[in-house]
Amino acid sequence: MDFNKIDLDNLKEESLDSVSGLERRNFLKMGLMITGLFAGGKILSVVSKVDEVFASTVNFAEQYPYKPHYSMVIREGLCIDCQRCMVACHKTNNVPEYGWRTKILEKITPDAIGRKRGFMPILCNQCNNPPCVRACPTRASYKDQRNGIVRIDSKKCIGCKACMLACPYDARYFNEEKHAVDKCDFCYESRLSKGKKLTACAAVCPTGARIFGDISDPNNVVYKMVHQIEREVWVLRPAVGTKPNVFYMKATNPSPWALRRQPDVR
Amino acid sequence: MARISDERAARWGYTGVAALRNSKKQLAFMVILVMIALWGYAVGMHGKIVGYRDVYSVTREIPWGMLIAGYIFCVVTSTGLCLVSCVGHVFGYEPYMPIAKRSVFLAIVFMLCGFSIIFFDIENPFRMAIWNVISPNFASNMWWMGTLYGLYLVALCVEYYFLLEQNHSFSRAAGFMGVLFGVAAHSNLGGIFGMLYGRQEWYGPYMPIYFIVSAMMSGGAAIIFFTCLARLINPEILDQKQERAINAVRQLTIMLICVIIFFTIWKVLCGIVVPEKYIAIHAFLIGKYAPLFWIGEVLLGFLIPLVFLTISKGVNYKLMFWGSGLMVIGIFFMRYNLVLEGEVVPGFAGLHVMEYPDLLNYAPSFHEVAIVLAGVSMTIFGFMFGEKVFNGHQFQKHEVVPAGAFICPGCGGIHYLKEGETHDEAERRHHKLSFRAPK
Repeated sequence: MDFNKIDLDNLKEESLDSVSGLERRNFLKMGLMITGLFAGGKILSVVSKVDEVFASTVNFAEQYPYKPHYSMVIREGLCIDCQRCMVACHKTNNVPEYGWRTKILEKITPDAIGRKRGFMPILCNQCNNPPCVRACPTRASYKDQRNGIVRIDSKKCIGCKACMLACPYDARYFNEEKHAVDKCDFCYESRLSKGKKLTACAAVCPTGARIFGDISDPNNVVYKMVHQIEREVWVLRPAVGTKPNVFYMKATNPSPWALRRQPDVR
Repeated sequence: MARISDERAARWGYTGVAALRNSKKQLAFMVILVMIALWGYAVGMHGKIVGYRDVYSVTREIPWGMLIAGYIFCVVTSTGLCLVSCVGHVFGYEPYMPIAKRSVFLAIVFMLCGFSIIFFDIENPFRMAIWNVISPNFASNMWWMGTLYGLYLVALCVEYYFLLEQNHSFSRAAGFMGVLFGVAAHSNLGGIFGMLYGRQEWYGPYMPIYFIVSAMMSGGAAIIFFTCLARLINPEILDQKQERAINAVRQLTIMLICVIIFFTIWKVLCGIVVPEKYIAIHAFLIGKYAPLFWIGEVLLGFLIPLVFLTISKGVNYKLMFWGSGLMVIGIFFMRYNLVLEGEVVPGFAGLHVMEYPDLLNYAPSFHEVAIVLAGVSMTIFGFMFGEKVFNGHQFQKHEVVPAGAFICPGCGGIHYLKEGETHDEAERRHHKLSFRAPK
């Protein structure tokens, strides 16, 4: 039998390098969708989230999915545990005494030189890939497409508490008065929807430990704080893959923007 | 209530509610069971009225407690009963056929009791009926689980009806749908845990797989346990076919216990190497939850049943009764541990802050225990009621077998022979197994 001679110089490359990223992604997507059909919807969310990949703290996002894209920066070292934010939150959002939407954690490091106590405010991280929204059977928890806030439609909440189980940040509690799960909504219902610019906690914070704003706006203070490489910015439990919108950074001195208390109107 | 004609009653093996009065002792026991159940449900209603927060020991950190464990226990057993019994009357393996009627009946009972338990865990069960339908979240395992379990229950009821009617084509089709819905629903229940990417202890494909295999194990245990109980109620029900079936189920159950032991060993080994999982695994191995694991899960759930079922050789019913009975209790602990182990370590444990300890406490409250007790009592009552009213789920007693017919050794119904057909061929034709005669 006659074989054609192999022309090694002009051989078309078939290695993985010649496959474009787009091609690869499309192939993976197709595979995920087919698997999704058989997996009874379990994979659906994985597919739908592919396009919403969002800034980690290392790589800045080129584009934020929401406009405005509300976000908060917590400057850890500035928190003095005065708890005014907690009081304001309870008052503004009618949070019952047994629950909380925001809280200040206290950490003591006895071996540290100098300052030994540190405070860390926590609240709902308004994740871009929220496990709670995926877990909710009735879409009572949802991601508000206008501003990226994870909100709750109380009348739809059946009280299965799957979202409380799903949340890696312990941000949810069951509100007996509302007969629904309740959580921080960046004061959307109580303040932002009424024209106010700041959340209650950010507005009362005397040291500027909580800075609230629109991260999709390059002129916004939050954008400026996150999009820099001089100070480290991090999110809580990044390995979980929730893509939080609450960022943390260390600050013991006033920020480069000389910001103590965040003005309500900017 | 619609009256059941005599002919139909004979076909169903239905002996009427009057049969409940046959034994005063058993009737008294059933009345006690119903009273316990009513008391438990009343306690649950009290909790519903005053608010769960005050009466359950679940918290925002541990939102799922004993009630969810009880619900999982019931639905796991239900799925298992369906899966094990379908080996016979759906997939045509003859030794398993005689257990079908009791298993499917019990699967329905377990399912309803599971629903009755979760009714008291869900805060707004009535909202669920509306919003599950008009605002479904197709990405939610919870939604799929609820919906598929609903379909599963319907399929089981249809299957049971046609089993009573001895219409094996339809019962088989419905049974097949039951298996499909059951597996899909149950793996979604596992998926609720397995797809919580915020919970290290559960996240991964392990949970759905584990749920299905352990469901079959639970089903096997339940079939053996309840058949042994049925024998206590009416010793006559154990004929040769039943004995053979129980032995077959026993062998399967032994194998499944071994599989689950294998699963558990690897869960522990993998948990030890990850710091986040280690806290929980440590708590269950040598920490404060260790008795739940070693006594509840390992001893009652695995070791005792493994030994008892093996040395019973399928003929010692006393050993099988104790083995499977303790196993059912052990399986409850397994579910309880499973729910708890993913929750006892708070998400912020790694931060070592004062507000979150490394390990959380949970012990069920009086209300939670009462509701689970009510569900269990209701299950046993349902079982006894079925045994009595459906005459031990026996097949129709055929006083006179018509000419050209015979009693099927598999299903107990009357099969008619076609011309030139052997019994075996008639049976295969009747059960749509295969038209080819074995060589």
